[in-house]
Amino acid sequence: MNAEVNVADAERWASALGGAALAAWGLRQLKEDRSPAGAMIAAAGAGLIVRGATGHCPIYSAAGFNTADTDTRVALAGSRGINVEHAVTINRTPEELYAFWRRFDQLPRFMSHLVSVKQMDNCRSHWVAKAPAGRTVEWDAEIINEIPGELIAWRTLENADVVSAGSVRFKGAPGGRGSEVRVRLQYGPPAGRLGAVIAWMFGEEPSQVIQEDLRKFKQLMEAGETPTIEGQPRGRQSVLNYD
Amino acid sequence: MKALVWHATNDVRVERVPDPTILRPRDAIVKITSSAICGSDLHLLNGFIPTLQAGDILGHEFMGEVVEVGRENSRLKVGDRVVVPFTIACGRCFFCEKQLWSLCDNSNPNAWMAEKLYGYATSGLFGYSHLTGGYAGGQAQYARVPFADVGPIKVPGHLSDEQVLFLSDILPTGYMAAENCDIQPGDVIAVWGAGPVGQMAIKSAFLLGAERVIAIDDVPERLRLALTESGAEVINVDDEAVFERLKALTGGRGPDACIDAVGLEAHGATLYAYLDKAKTAAFVATDRPNALRQAIHACRKGGIVSIPGVYGGLLDKIPFGAAFQKGLTFRMGQTHMMRYMKPLLDRIERGEIDPSFVITHRLSLDDAPKGYEMFKEKKDHCIKVVLKPHSTTVH
Repeated sequence: MNAEVNVADAERWASALGGAALAAWGLRQLKEDRSPAGAMIAAAGAGLIVRGATGHCPIYSAAGFNTADTDTRVALAGSRGINVEHAVTINRTPEELYAFWRRFDQLPRFMSHLVSVKQMDNCRSHWVAKAPAGRTVEWDAEIINEIPGELIAWRTLENADVVSAGSVRFKGAPGGRGSEVRVRLQYGPPAGRLGAVIAWMFGEEPSQVIQEDLRKFKQLMEAGETPTIEGQPRGRQSVLNYD
Repeated sequence: MKALVWHATNDVRVERVPDPTILRPRDAIVKITSSAICGSDLHLLNGFIPTLQAGDILGHEFMGEVVEVGRENSRLKVGDRVVVPFTIACGRCFFCEKQLWSLCDNSNPNAWMAEKLYGYATSGLFGYSHLTGGYAGGQAQYARVPFADVGPIKVPGHLSDEQVLFLSDILPTGYMAAENCDIQPGDVIAVWGAGPVGQMAIKSAFLLGAERVIAIDDVPERLRLALTESGAEVINVDDEAVFERLKALTGGRGPDACIDAVGLEAHGATLYAYLDKAKTAAFVATDRPNALRQAIHACRKGGIVSIPGVYGGLLDKIPFGAAFQKGLTFRMGQTHMMRYMKPLLDRIERGEIDPSFVITHRLSLDDAPKGYEMFKEKKDHCIKVVLKPHSTTVH
C-alpha cells in the first residue's frame, strides 16, 4: 500500500495496539459463539491494525483530515473537549492571509471568544478569553509548527490552566480563486471549573461558533469590515425600544 | 426621523425612530428625496416572506442626497445626489468580481440563516426581512447605506428624481429579465405580470430587439399601459385562455422566451391556483407559482424562461417534465444591479427610456400605509406609488 501517511505517530501506535486487542477479542467471540458481531469486531480491529501499520486512514482521507503534521490532538494527547475543524475560501493570496493571522493580536477581531492576544516574543503569546459573568481566563501559548505563507500551529504552555491548541493552514485554491483556509481548534479539559468556562465560551454548537468566526475573518480580509445592523434604527414594538 | 415600520401582516405604520448613524467605515448616510413602494413589498405586507420582525423599516427603492460618509469611503462626498440599488455588495469577493453582485459573499450579517434555507447565503438587501440581512429600508427620511463606495450611482442634476428613481430596482430588474431572454431578431417574448417590473421588462425587450411582446395580466389598466406605452399585445387572463391565445398569436410555435414577472403570489382561477392557496394557508407550501407553470407550459421548444418575479421557498406541481422534454433554459435571481445601473442611466440621459411612465400616485411618507393599501387592492388604478419623505403635502 503506497497511500500517503495521514495519521500521526502516536495515533498510529494507538491504532495498531487497539486494533490488535479488538481483533483478538472479536476472534474469541467468533470462536465461542459464531456471532456475526464477533466477526465485525475482528474486521474493525484488523482495519485499525492496517491503519496503524501503514499510517494511512481511509476515513481521515475521505474527510480531508491529515493529522500527521498538524495534529493538535497529538499535542494535547487526547481528543476530548472542544475539538472543531472548519474551512473557508477567501479571495486573497495565502501569503496575505498568513501575514494577517500571524499577528496573533488581530485574532480577537474575528474570534468571538477572545478578548485579547499579546505577542510576548516571536514564539510565545498571552491569550485572554471571555468567561461567564464578565470575567476572563488567561493562558500562555507557543507556536509549535510554522511554515511561512502556509501553516501556523500553536498550543498552550505546559503549566497553563487551560489546555488548548490550534492550527491554521493556507492553500491556494484551484484556478487562482483565492485561498482555502482550514482551521482546527481544540480546548480541554472537559471537566472541572475551567471545563465549564470553555463549554460556556463555545455554547452548544462549537462548530457553528468557529464557522461564524471564520466568516468574519473572510469578511475582514475581503471587504475590510464585517457587515452589521447593530445600532441601526428600528420602530417601536421591537426588542430594542428607543422610546 | 419618520419611517414606515412593519408590525405584523397587513399592519404597517409611520412612526418616529432614531436617525441612522455610520456603523462601518465604508457606510454613507443618505437623506431620502424619493422612495417607492415595490410589488415585492406587498409580499412582506401579506406575510409571505419569513423572518420579518415587528419594528423593521421597509423600503428598497430610494434615492437622495449624501449627508455623511464613513472614513473608508473615498467615492462619495457629502452633497452627492445618488440612487441606491436594493442589493448590497462588498465589491471584492469572488462573486462581486464576476459581476454577480446579488450573490455577494460578505454583505449579509445573517448569512447563517440563509445558509440553512438555501445552502449558501446571497447578498444583503434593504428592508427585506432578516434572511437577507435585516437592513433598515428606505421608506424613511434617512437611510444608512453599507458598502456605499460600491452601490450608489451619482446622477446628474438635470434629470428629475422620477426619471432616475427606478434605477434602484425595477428598471434594472426588468432589463435583466429581458437580457436573460437572449433576444434574437424576430423573437416573440411573453411577459406574465404587467406590474411595474413587467412594464420595464416589456420596454427593455423592445429595446433589445424583440419583434413582438405579449403582456399577460388580469388588471385592465396595466394591460392598457403596456399597449399604449410600449406597443405590447395583451392577453387578459380573465377573458381568454392564455395558452391557446399565445399559440394563436405565434402561428402555433409558442413564445421564444417567457418572463415570469409575477412571482410567488400569483393568483388565478385554475384548479392548481386554488390548491396553492389552500396549501400556503396550511403552510404545506410557501409559494404560489401559477404564472411560472403557465410560462413553462406555453414556452416554445428550446426556449428560455426568465424569472424576475421573487420566489422564496418551496414550489409544488411545477411541470418539470414539460421543461425537460422541451429543453428549456431557466434564468433567474435577484438583479445584479451594479452591472446595469450605469448603462441604463446612459439610456435615460439619451432619452431612450423614461421609466417614470409607471408612476400613478405621489404621496407623502405619512400616507405610505394608504399607499400600500391602494397598491395591494389596485384601487384608483394604482400601478406605482412614489413617496416623498420630506414633504407633508404631495399630490
